[in-house]
Amino acid sequence: MTTAAELLVRWLDRQLDEPRRAWLQEQRVRLASGCSDRDFYLAISYVPRKLGKADLALSTSDLAAAEAARPGWDPSDWSVDQAARIVLLLAGGGTGDAFAQRLRQLFVTADIGETITFYRGLPLYPDPPRHVARAREGARSGMRPIFEAVAHHNPYPAEQFDELAWNHLVLKALFIDTTLDPIRGLDARANPALMRMLCDYAHERWAAGRPVSPELWRCVGPHADDAALEDLRRVLATGGGREREAAALALAACPRAEARAMLAGEPELSAALAAGRLSWRVLAEG
Amino acid sequence: MYIDSHTHMISRTTDDYERMAAAGVVACIEPAFWLGQPRTHVGTYIDYLSMICGFERFRAGQFGLRHYCTVGLNSKEANNEELAEAVMEILPRFALKEGVVAIGEIGYDEQTDLEDKYFRLQIELAKELDLPVMVHTPHRDKKRGTTRSMDVVEEHGLAPSRVVIDHNNEETVREVLDRGFWAAFSIYPFTKMGNERMVEIVRAYGAERIFCDSACDWGISDPLAVPKTAELMRRGGIPETQIRKVTYENPLAAYGQSGQINEADWLDPPPIDQRTLYMGNSILRGGQEPRIADRAPRSDELRIR
Repeated sequence: MTTAAELLVRWLDRQLDEPRRAWLQEQRVRLASGCSDRDFYLAISYVPRKLGKADLALSTSDLAAAEAARPGWDPSDWSVDQAARIVLLLAGGGTGDAFAQRLRQLFVTADIGETITFYRGLPLYPDPPRHVARAREGARSGMRPIFEAVAHHNPYPAEQFDELAWNHLVLKALFIDTTLDPIRGLDARANPALMRMLCDYAHERWAAGRPVSPELWRCVGPHADDAALEDLRRVLATGGGREREAAALALAACPRAEARAMLAGEPELSAALAAGRLSWRVLAEG
Repeated sequence: MYIDSHTHMISRTTDDYERMAAAGVVACIEPAFWLGQPRTHVGTYIDYLSMICGFERFRAGQFGLRHYCTVGLNSKEANNEELAEAVMEILPRFALKEGVVAIGEIGYDEQTDLEDKYFRLQIELAKELDLPVMVHTPHRDKKRGTTRSMDVVEEHGLAPSRVVIDHNNEETVREVLDRGFWAAFSIYPFTKMGNERMVEIVRAYGAERIFCDSACDWGISDPLAVPKTAELMRRGGIPETQIRKVTYENPLAAYGQSGQINEADWLDPPPIDQRTLYMGNSILRGGQEPRIADRAPRSDELRIR
C-alpha cells in the first residue's frame, strides 16, 4: 500500500522540472539520514524559494489514492511548497518524541505560509493524539487562513478533538465569518451542547441586529430541543430565502415529530427538499 | 504609490494602517529592532520575530498594505552577550521566512566590541543566505559610526549595492553615495531628519540610490512621513520621476534583491492572498485617489521637523 508521503513525492516528481526534482530528492535523502537542527530548519525554510508555490496538480484518481492511503485526507487544494514541506518534515522529523519536538520547534518559528502547511499536514503525522494541543491553538487563531488550515478539508479535528474543543471550533468558524461546510465530520459530531451554544449565539446576533449565518442551523437540527424549534420557527417566519432554506434543512435532520409538522406547514420548502434541490453545500456557497 | 521601507508597525494602531493606505502607501518594511527597552530572554525575541513575520503581516494585509520585514540582532541588545549568543543561534531560522527582505537593522549604537562582533557575524550570515543588509547608523558619534559601518561591510566583502545605510543626514550622505551604498533617510521628528531638509537633499544629490522612510515606532513619529515628504517635494518643484524613485522605486530595487518583495505582490496578488491575506487596495482599483487629509493639506501640516 502506498503511503501518503510516497504519494506526495510521486506527485511532486511528476510536476517539478529536473533541477527542482533533484533538489527535493537531495534534501529528502539528507534529512532522512539524519542532519543537524540548523540544516533541517533551513531546508524547510528554503522550499518556496527553491520549488515555487504553484498549485499541486492532482487528478481525481490521485485524490482517490489519497483517500485510500489516509481516509479523510483531502490534498485537493494543496500547493507544491506545502506538499514538499510535509515531505521533508516526514522524511527528517523522526518519530515519537523527536517528531513532536521538531514539529513544535517548526511551529515556534513558522511564518504564515508554514503555519498553514504544518496544520494541513496534521492528518499525516505519527502519533496523532500528541498534536491536539497544537491543533487547538490553530483553531483559536484569529487569522482566518490559519484557522481554515485546521478546520477545513481536514479530518484531524473530528478524529481527535474532544467535545469542548470541537464545539469551539464550530463556533469560531462562525465568529470569523468562514463557512462550516468544509469542516469534516460536521454532522457526525453534532451534539446537544453545541446546539445550545449555537442557538444562544443566534440570539446574541438577533439582539444586536446582526445577520445570522444560515449554516448555523446545520448543527442545531439533529439535537433541537423545544427552544431550538422555537428559534427555527422564528427563522421560517421572519428569515430571508437562504435562512428559510437552512431552517428547512435543519428540520429535515431533526428526528422529532414537531419538526415534521413544522415542515408540513411549508409546502414549497418541503417540495424543494423532496426534490433534492436544497443542500448545505449549496447554502454554504451562497 | 509609496513604499515606507522602515516602519515599526508592531507599535502602531489600526488608524495608522488606514491612514497610510489612504495616503497611497502600498507596502511597508518592518525592521527587527528593540522595543524601547531591552529584552531579557531569547524567548521574547523569538516571539517578536515570529510576530513581525506572522501576525503583523496578516494585520497589515487586512488594511490593504503589504508587509515585509528584516530580521536581525540590533546593536543595543547586542551588548547583552548571553542574549546575543542565543539570538544568533535562532536567527537563521527566521532569515528565510516569506517576506524577509534583509538582515537588519544591524550596526552600531555605542560602537562597543560586542556590537562590532555581532554586526560582523550577521554580515556573514547575510552573505551565506544571499540576503541584503539594512544598517542602522548610530545617533551618537554618527559620522564616524557610519564610516566605520561601511568599512566593516567592505572588509567582509559584501557588495555595497546589497547594503542600505539608513538614518542618514547631510553629514553622511556624500560618503555613503560615493562608496556605492544605498542611502536611506528616516523622516523622524526632532532627532533624525526633517522633510524640508529631505527636499534639499534630493535637490542637491538627485535621486540615484536615495530614498526616505518614516521609521515610525512607539515614539513621536509619523507613519505618513513618506507621502507627506513626496507632497512637499512636489510643491518644492522636484520632478515626479525623482519623487517616484525616492519614495517607491529605490526601496523596491534595494530590498527587491532579496527576491521577497515584488510589485506584483500588490498590483497583481494571487487569488488565495486576495481572499485571505490581503484585502486588496481600493486605490489601485481606481476607487480613490491617494490622500493625506480630507482636504489639500497646508504646507505646515506636511512639514516634519
